[in-house]
Amino acid sequence: MAIAERTDNVWSERDTTPSAIEEAMRDLIAERHAESSGFVVARALNLVCIVDREWSGEIANRLRGIGRFHASRTIVCAYEPDRTTLDATANIATTGTPEQGEFALMRETIVVNVGPEHLKHLDRIVDPLVVTDVPTVIWSPHGHPEAVDALLSIAQVVLLDSVDDPDPGAALERVCRLAARAYVVDLAWLRTTPWRERIAGAFDPPNRRPELGTISSVTAQIREGSEVSGLLLLGWMTARLGWRPGALTSRQGTMRGRARARRGEVEIELRTTAQMQVPGLAGIDIRTASGTGVSLERGTGGLTARRTERDGTQRTWTVLGASRGEPGILGEGLRQALVRDPTFDDALTAARELA
Amino acid sequence: MSAATPQQENPLAAGLERLPVHPTAITIFGATGDLAQRKLLPALYNLAHDGALPERFNLIGTSRSDHSDDEFREMAADAIRRYSRRAPDEQVLTRLLAEVRYVPGSFDDPTVYTRLGEVLGEFDAEGGDPLNRTFYLSTAPAFFPVIIEALGKAGLNHLDESDVRVVIEKPFGTSLAEAEELNRRVLSVFEERQVFRIDHYLGKETVQNVLAFRFANGLFEPLWNRNYIDHVQITAAEDIGIGSRASYYDSAGAVRDLVQNHMLQLLCLLCMEPPVMFTADEVRDEKVKVLRAITPPTVEEVPEMSVRAQYTAGTVGGEEVVGYHEEEGVPSDSTTETFAALRLEVDNWRWAGVPMYLRTAKRMARKVTEIAVVLKPVPHLGFQQDGTQDVRPNQLVMTVQPNEGVSLSLGAKVPGTRMRIRPVNMEFLYGTAFMSESPEAYERLILDVMRGDATLFTRNDEAEAQWRIIDPVEQAWAAGLAPPTTYEAGTQGPEEANRILLGDDVWRAV
Repeated sequence: MAIAERTDNVWSERDTTPSAIEEAMRDLIAERHAESSGFVVARALNLVCIVDREWSGEIANRLRGIGRFHASRTIVCAYEPDRTTLDATANIATTGTPEQGEFALMRETIVVNVGPEHLKHLDRIVDPLVVTDVPTVIWSPHGHPEAVDALLSIAQVVLLDSVDDPDPGAALERVCRLAARAYVVDLAWLRTTPWRERIAGAFDPPNRRPELGTISSVTAQIREGSEVSGLLLLGWMTARLGWRPGALTSRQGTMRGRARARRGEVEIELRTTAQMQVPGLAGIDIRTASGTGVSLERGTGGLTARRTERDGTQRTWTVLGASRGEPGILGEGLRQALVRDPTFDDALTAARELA
Repeated sequence: MSAATPQQENPLAAGLERLPVHPTAITIFGATGDLAQRKLLPALYNLAHDGALPERFNLIGTSRSDHSDDEFREMAADAIRRYSRRAPDEQVLTRLLAEVRYVPGSFDDPTVYTRLGEVLGEFDAEGGDPLNRTFYLSTAPAFFPVIIEALGKAGLNHLDESDVRVVIEKPFGTSLAEAEELNRRVLSVFEERQVFRIDHYLGKETVQNVLAFRFANGLFEPLWNRNYIDHVQITAAEDIGIGSRASYYDSAGAVRDLVQNHMLQLLCLLCMEPPVMFTADEVRDEKVKVLRAITPPTVEEVPEMSVRAQYTAGTVGGEEVVGYHEEEGVPSDSTTETFAALRLEVDNWRWAGVPMYLRTAKRMARKVTEIAVVLKPVPHLGFQQDGTQDVRPNQLVMTVQPNEGVSLSLGAKVPGTRMRIRPVNMEFLYGTAFMSESPEAYERLILDVMRGDATLFTRNDEAEAQWRIIDPVEQAWAAGLAPPTTYEAGTQGPEEANRILLGDDVWRAV
């Protein structure tokens, strides 16, 4: 039997139904709008999170850290192994009280407690709750692949972090499978963004571009456990430069192998380092057959770049940029759900061949 | 998988959201001035924060006041901490300013340019490759030709294997003759492709959205002509007064301050034909066609198509404010307009006969910048006998600031048993649909300069075409025609503004 409670801009009900939740959310929006016409609904993105209820606080903290990249409607499906009925809470938060002539955005959050029987039909529960004609992103940081499978019919984007999977090969396989059915935003890929931009920048001056055709070795350094980020970065270079990749072999924490470029072979190496605090890349070193080279590594206020000329001369400088931190990367993941990265698929394909 | 030929293009740049920018050294003339401190230095910091600056970047400040590199570094850091749109990351800030250099001296002193050349040469040597060079003229307009010619004499207007660019702040002249003379002097030293005349208004996301709205949506294009559009109103109203800008404002006035540049640019974006490609010259070609299609009024016609006024004491937002003549630094006999309204016409196939009303003012009831496109009324309204009142023609309003968005007014049935119609608004607010924060206009524009993309900058013929329209108005007013009237601060402007409206047209409420 449904037991409903309502306080200011918060609604909750035990043993409820999706249509009751949806109706409650409509009422909450109307109530808030009646308070002030300056409260307006945001319509940018639906985010559907599937989380284990016991860890939902940690996920809520992560979402709080992303600031302005908050989805306009967040639907949290909190999983409890013993649950058989749906309980739900809906609330609306605003970004302040609007003055005359101003507006304040409403952020809508629905939390639905679900059980094992609900997961495989989660689309039937979530579909009435998402705002139509707005992109829907699925994020399932605690696994539950059956729930993700069920939701793919109503979502356009899957957000995931492949470094959460201890087996990089399996992680890349999973991304490939999902990518066939939806657009995938992988935080492991987004951790490579500043590195890709800086590598592209290092070879962008017209007199440096010919060096791309003579690259003879690439060594990437990653934090242990971030192999997927490293493989995606190397896969990106492989794909963009038209190399034919071969599988890397792993020995004592280092993966090594070769790719076939137009003018010869390229040595590829992926090393782990224990000195990094956060997931992702620690550095990259690119060398050419003529003896020139570019290396980038994490530094203060940006990346430390070092260029080696043919005569052995070295120059070092800082490529400026603030660290986004893990909350920034998650926020970037949500923003990326609204755009498309045309190079990801090729990088992913090459990364799988390297793995 | 796709691969490109490395010799011809950079295959690694494909698909990146932030494209690589060639290593660049920026020299800011007037680096200790207000614009540099409030806008340019914070913009450079935010580009650095976002990782959008070139992989190698150097900054030189130059100004008349005597400072050391360290003193300028401190001054720049303070300005960034104070005016940046986000709290700076101290590590990035320290790195950004670590190699900053300051070259003091008078702008007409050749040794300043010799020293500049030496510093730039040092940066090139440190980098191993020559950097592109950008000279940003953030000084009083009188110094623009002085600096440009000094750069030419010092041979700093060209560098083999690098791009040298110059950015010129507004105002670009105060009359057609001045703009032509300035163009002549600038183009005797630099080629047009090196010159970036900045109007920061064009760097605003919402101004660029006018183009997206028009050319990414098929819905409105069939209506976008004289057959369906009755008239257009472009309004740039402010509730504030002139503040501490009396010396500038009283010599410029509302028309030079906003109409000649910002508002004519908005009119161009609204009226231009779609370019084949959104390249700098194709976009600017189309804008110049619009400006050339506006027949400048004769001096005798100015009183019929223009209104000017000054604000008197009144109440704005519940606070009493003084009139223009009582503002500090304003001469008591000043005739400078704080309100200006013009009626223009774009005489081409698409727009002939459609009045284009431009209105700008200080101390109006509210701050708003908007473009209102008023459509023609329906040919027959059959609902009036049922008590319908106030059915108005549809209006499409693009709000540039604040509350950036688009609204369309429609007639809708009032709930009830009778068929009564009243206007309602269908509104779209940009802030509700995007999660990203818009960068400051100067961030976008400085990045465009470093990339060599002049799309959002005013070309020489465009600047002159703008003045060609405004010059007769200024001449007529200077001759005492259409003398200024007054309006109470905090109101909708002078009654006389209605004089230039045609037919049943009415000003939209600010």
